[in-house]
Amino acid sequence: MSGTQDDLYDDHILDHFESPYHKGHLPQPTCSHSDRNPICGDQITVELLVDEHDVVKEAFFDGKGCAISQASASILCEAIEGKTLQELRDFQAQNMLDLLKVRLTASRQKCGLLGFKVLKTMLYTLDEQREPASSG
Amino acid sequence: MTTISSDFDVESVRRDFPILHQRLLGDVPLVYLDTAATAHKPRSVVAKVVECFEQYNSNVHRGIHQLGDRMTTELELAREKVQHFIGAGSSDEIVFTSGTTMSLNMVAHGWARKFLKPGDEILLNSMEHHANLVPWQLAAAATGASLKYIPLTDDGRLDLTTLDQLLTPRTKLLAVTAMSNVLGTINPVAELAERAHAVGALICVDAAQSVPHLTTNVRSPQIDFLAFSGHKLYGPTGIGVLYARRQLLEAMDPFLAGGHMIREVFLDSSTWADPPAKFEAGTCPFIEAVGLGAAIDYVQHIGLSQISHYEHLLSVRAHEQLAQVPGVKIHGPSVEHKGAILSFTVDGVHPHDLSDLLDRRGVAIRAGHHCTMPLHELLNLTATARASLAFYNTMEEVDALAEAVRAARQVFRLK
Repeated sequence: MSGTQDDLYDDHILDHFESPYHKGHLPQPTCSHSDRNPICGDQITVELLVDEHDVVKEAFFDGKGCAISQASASILCEAIEGKTLQELRDFQAQNMLDLLKVRLTASRQKCGLLGFKVLKTMLYTLDEQREPASSG
Repeated sequence: MTTISSDFDVESVRRDFPILHQRLLGDVPLVYLDTAATAHKPRSVVAKVVECFEQYNSNVHRGIHQLGDRMTTELELAREKVQHFIGAGSSDEIVFTSGTTMSLNMVAHGWARKFLKPGDEILLNSMEHHANLVPWQLAAAATGASLKYIPLTDDGRLDLTTLDQLLTPRTKLLAVTAMSNVLGTINPVAELAERAHAVGALICVDAAQSVPHLTTNVRSPQIDFLAFSGHKLYGPTGIGVLYARRQLLEAMDPFLAGGHMIREVFLDSSTWADPPAKFEAGTCPFIEAVGLGAAIDYVQHIGLSQISHYEHLLSVRAHEQLAQVPGVKIHGPSVEHKGAILSFTVDGVHPHDLSDLLDRRGVAIRAGHHCTMPLHELLNLTATARASLAFYNTMEEVDALAEAVRAARQVFRLK
């Protein structure tokens, strides 16, 4: 148990924290969303550039917070590029936790899933916006 | 050389707290530095609570039977202990609540909403805990009163240079913490009370952090409202205190309505019981209140001045040790202006990561905004790490904190 815990800050996490993938902003994102964890104040913005076939061409994030929240947002962006929006809708919390490759305690899962939560809320909002357009 | 232990026998004190003698994952001893969040309970408090449950648990103020009598006697004895502990004139001025938050809300509802009018002002400051901020925001919105803020100095103390402009006949209430739960700042409550009273304003003191560590006397200086919690005073959770002067309790509206708080109930109206019953609707947490009484006995047995002195020595050591760790910044005033609370940040290590890494070495601290978002905004930080000390902590534990911070920096590959 303690062995697993000690691996939390392994190279995979720390590398993403120190040299994040696509940290910053897209010039013209198709969609973006921000949220913060009210308990700790950690903050993540996710921006996507989606093409006409609903494929994610580019994913960027920005934010402030602990190594776990920031590294997981970086890992998330790297993982979702090239995926379709439908694939992202099917992407579950456990898939996100699996990508981190470390075991998070209940309290740290809120950190590890912050970017994921932002992505999911963004997709939901996007679908809401498209709904009236497609029906009208 | 005189050592601390010759003045204060911390090892003997620690034997009163069974929870401290445990080893955590990785077989490391617990180093509990989170007393400002909640304090541990000495055996005597636990024993008293068990005694209540096992021997005379019974609802208070009702049963004409021996258990009810005994429980009621114990409850009212606890009320008297609180009265003497904070120097109140009468036990009728001690209202049992669920905690500091409830106590402050009681004032915001029962007093502020009844008496404040448009144009009136409540004077606050940005180091306050959300519990001494948000209730006043709601009361101001409900009454048309406005909120004013005493500015802070760069080192996190109240900047009183503009107090004369801020305190005017429009000011009806000055709400202030006696000790900041983040910076540890000890505020000059006596001076604030005097100056508030000079313009006809009342003072409401959030004493959640100060009551367990400093002597409190609500009559010198005269305090109008004072709130604190049992669980930070080595007592049970779910119990707190609102002290208010008798005339204020009589003038205020009740907060919660229901059983016990009434004098007479008719189908279309009711009249209120005398304080404190007027503010204790429903079954009060009587066993927790008795536990709080036992906690006060314990603290008085050790001696609050002994406690304050030893905790200050711990705090000085913690400041010295942490200041030597590269990249550490301790926020707030210098050690002589504060209680034994250290909020700090470490360059390159987020407070949550720090807290997580310290936990692996058994060192329990708290990370976050500690329910003070405006203060963190002012500090331009999203979060801080906070170590808070109590008389059951040792110098070795303080050293373990600094050592664990060094180790955390290494994990983050910092030189």
